[in-house]
Amino acid sequence: MEAFEYARPKSATEAIKLLTGTGSQAHALAGGTDLISLMKDGVARPQRLVSLQHLSELKGISFREDSGLRLGAGVTLEELIESAEVQKHYPALVQAAEGVHSPQIRSTGTVGGDLCQRPRCWYYRAGFGLLAVYKGKPLVPEGDNRYHAILGNSGPAYFVSPSSLAPILIALNAKVKLHGPQGMRELSVQDFFVTPKSETETEHALRAGEIVTEVLVPNPGDVKMAIYEVRQKEALDWPLAAAAVVLKLDGGQVQSARVVLGHVAPVPWPSPSAEGVLKDKSVDEDTAWEAGQAALADATPLSRNAYKVQLARVAVKRAILRAAKGEA
Amino acid sequence: MDKCKYDWPAAGDRSLIGKRIKRVDGPAKASGRAKYTYDINRPGLLIGKIYRSPYAHAKITAIDTSEAEKLPGVKTVKVILGVGKETNWVGDEIIALAAISEDIADDAIGKIKVEFEELPHLVLEEDLKQAGDYAKKAGSKTAGDPVKAFSDPDLIVSEGYYGIAAITHCCLESHGNVAEWTGEKLLTYSSTQNVSGLPGQIGQALREQGVDVPDKNIETVCNYIGGGFGSKFSPDEWGIHVAQLAKTTGKPVKLMLDRNMEMEAAGSRPSAYARIKVGAKKDGTLVAWDSHSWGTGGPTGAGMVPLPYVLEIPNRSSAHTSVSTHTGPARAWRAPDHPQAAALSMCALDDLAAKLNMDPIEFFSKNADLSAGRGKVYREELEKAAELIDWKTNWHPRGDKTSGHIKRGLGLSMHTWGGRGHNSLCLVSIHPDGSVETTLGSQDLGTGTRTAIAVVAAETLGLPVKAISVNIGDSKFPASGASGGSTTIGGVSASTRRASVDALDQLFAVVAPILGVPADQLIAVGGKIQAKGDSSKQLSWKEACAKLQVKTIQATGKNPDASKCKLGDSGVGGVQIADVSVDTETGLIKINKMVAAQDCGLIISMKTAESQVYGALIMGITYALFEERIMDQITGRMLNNNMEFYKLAGIGDIGELVVHMMTGPGYDERGTIGLGEPPVISPGAAISNAVANAIGVRVPTIPLTPEKVLAALAKGGVA
Repeated sequence: MEAFEYARPKSATEAIKLLTGTGSQAHALAGGTDLISLMKDGVARPQRLVSLQHLSELKGISFREDSGLRLGAGVTLEELIESAEVQKHYPALVQAAEGVHSPQIRSTGTVGGDLCQRPRCWYYRAGFGLLAVYKGKPLVPEGDNRYHAILGNSGPAYFVSPSSLAPILIALNAKVKLHGPQGMRELSVQDFFVTPKSETETEHALRAGEIVTEVLVPNPGDVKMAIYEVRQKEALDWPLAAAAVVLKLDGGQVQSARVVLGHVAPVPWPSPSAEGVLKDKSVDEDTAWEAGQAALADATPLSRNAYKVQLARVAVKRAILRAAKGEA
Repeated sequence: MDKCKYDWPAAGDRSLIGKRIKRVDGPAKASGRAKYTYDINRPGLLIGKIYRSPYAHAKITAIDTSEAEKLPGVKTVKVILGVGKETNWVGDEIIALAAISEDIADDAIGKIKVEFEELPHLVLEEDLKQAGDYAKKAGSKTAGDPVKAFSDPDLIVSEGYYGIAAITHCCLESHGNVAEWTGEKLLTYSSTQNVSGLPGQIGQALREQGVDVPDKNIETVCNYIGGGFGSKFSPDEWGIHVAQLAKTTGKPVKLMLDRNMEMEAAGSRPSAYARIKVGAKKDGTLVAWDSHSWGTGGPTGAGMVPLPYVLEIPNRSSAHTSVSTHTGPARAWRAPDHPQAAALSMCALDDLAAKLNMDPIEFFSKNADLSAGRGKVYREELEKAAELIDWKTNWHPRGDKTSGHIKRGLGLSMHTWGGRGHNSLCLVSIHPDGSVETTLGSQDLGTGTRTAIAVVAAETLGLPVKAISVNIGDSKFPASGASGGSTTIGGVSASTRRASVDALDQLFAVVAPILGVPADQLIAVGGKIQAKGDSSKQLSWKEACAKLQVKTIQATGKNPDASKCKLGDSGVGGVQIADVSVDTETGLIKINKMVAAQDCGLIISMKTAESQVYGALIMGITYALFEERIMDQITGRMLNNNMEFYKLAGIGDIGELVVHMMTGPGYDERGTIGLGEPPVISPGAAISNAVANAIGVRVPTIPLTPEKVLAALAKGGVA
């Protein structure tokens, strides 16, 4: 890891100045659970790290009936899990954070970091670039793509979005608040994720010098919600497929549903067709399975990852059933 | 056999041997006081790093180290593979350097420029058709008349394809050394399984490179090691480079491998794949076997796996093809060749049992006498393991017919190993103040060697375990063998026993006239020296030792020695049964329970023995479900050269583990036999067989990933 400057600003404004300072390749540093390993692997080579640890704007969890949940981007996954208000109003958010099976990462990694972490594609991490090109050819379609995308994978991006929280945040219509040189703006979490079309783009809608300061989640009211992740190991491991579901029920019937998949595409993947299947139906094993199939109807698996289509269907099905049951 | 003075005490006379005794170095390890090679920091220490080949196969056309050499803090740069030389795997060493800090060393590596001419490579071997000239016939064996045997129309024959992927050793403490010269003398702190054997290897390699150092001037120290598993017998090229870097700079240098290099270059277990045909009579009697196996162990291919495993089917033929690949070279991996042989054989035999509609316990019991004289042991172990897993209640024929997507199954496997004690010298010292030392140039790989030595000496001298100081881990101590092949317990327990008995005899000779009892009528028990059958004539251990005045007693014990005393043996059997649940919607496998019934002769330390089996089960579950070296044919790289995608089981992945050590008559009188390796052989096959029993179809290759389970289910089974 090459030598770099380290700055520890006290306010967001100061942080943004440091991030956009003259000629500096600066990176924001939150928990560091991803960035430090990228630096050690030589994939990220910042000349300046700007710590976000001391920004009061990034701290705190609060809930109001009218406006919903405000999560500081610097809130750790462990703090999120331990919040009584999150547990009460957003149980699926707790489930998603608990999916990170490493106490060390949960107590250091942050909400903003979960959204901003880079893909785990092994070609990217080995230094072949985000789009994994080698001698002019994309590596993923011809290479080992067992963990890569099965949706939204027409290229040139084939990695999967690694965020644990994004699918459920999107299903809850959450927004991110961004702070940058041009001031503040809000974006839906869904729009925060983009599929890069070239190596100069990234998978986030962050502009130069911008940081995530808050995540705002509306009060979902009387809904059922759950996530389900299929992972090979109980010990720390990335999900092979994940789904987040929010159901608004009227009597036994689904009035409206949100279904968002994770780890299947370069961005978190909302499935209007699965939502359509559920609408006006009562939730049972068959409906849930039908929704799972609808969600993956357009899947285009690569040479080694057709099995993920089945896993994603099951994730959708089980998330729906788990939500309907109201399991915490 | 005649009674011999070194014989192990009879069952009724053992106060420590075979008991559950806490590991003597547990507190040092748990508290962090135990210093591993990685922890050694010497004054003025430099850090060594290696520039490694990014290509699987390439010729070096140019090297420019000038920028690295100019970097402040870089002390020396040494080219290992020069221009014109070829690299044969990603991670092959090209240049070593030393700098004043790890960061500077890393930066210097980044400034080295090497140009390569890429050459064709092969890194995948499962599909033999793609291997071309890299595949070479590598032996065949025939016994009986398999062609004739298979022509019997009444023979029930099962045919199948089976395999087990290459994995790495993945030692938690990576390979490496600290080298320090003092004048003409070299001291190495090495993460090694071979303390006594290292200086000779280092000396020879250094002399070949023009450094004139006699072996006697080289000392190797290793008090604690974070895993070896067969990959740490030699100093390795980097162990020689670090000595050279230290020589050139006049400073101590530490060179530990980074994780990716540990994974790519510091050891792998060869893969093995096979097409197998096996036949039995309708009553289950095994008659004929035919197999064609292949696999890779890196650039030099892979040797023949012993097939069929354990059971010597009377009519058998096996042929092997070795595939050389541009991957990191293989090293001995805990029970070399046996996990592969078990995975291939025991799965094929289990498929045949299913085809015969036979209960596998009955099938394997019936054929157990085809093992080399160990039929009785296997039958006892099959019975015990079946009892512990409640086989009678829980077993069903292939395919769990219950409703729902969770299918449960049981599967078994059996294995064998040698484990005769290696050469060992032990020096026992009894000091006039009563303190006792045992000194051996051995090492404790985490198996409990220190504890075993202390137990043997304490038992022999009638003292508590804590009264024994154990000195190991230094090549200047009396030589003991490398810890490989499960030979350590047999070696060090025998040498320690003999040295302790002889040292005690010397003490008896001093004490006998004082107590007025003939020396051969004295015993050491409960911290006292007393007359046999007359406790009125006694001295406490301390009082007895005080009679030595200023003279320390020393005695050296050897293994083997000229006496006819039988303190150990070779050859064990083991049976393991896995109880699994398979989620047929996701292909995920959950281990409910695993049972291991294992013999290893006389057990010195029950707790550390059981620990060995628990550890082996965990390691076995890991390679059965998760572990594989994933190579990329396009780039020639290992894709999972990290602890993220090189998946190891955690506590939540292993289920309930039950260990039963076979002890008592029929086992104890064989003396000590090695244990470290045998219990890691069977888990792959046992778990694969349990999965087949659950879902009604074979998942052909290990690891049993969700991808493969779903693919197998798509072809049939109970989903």
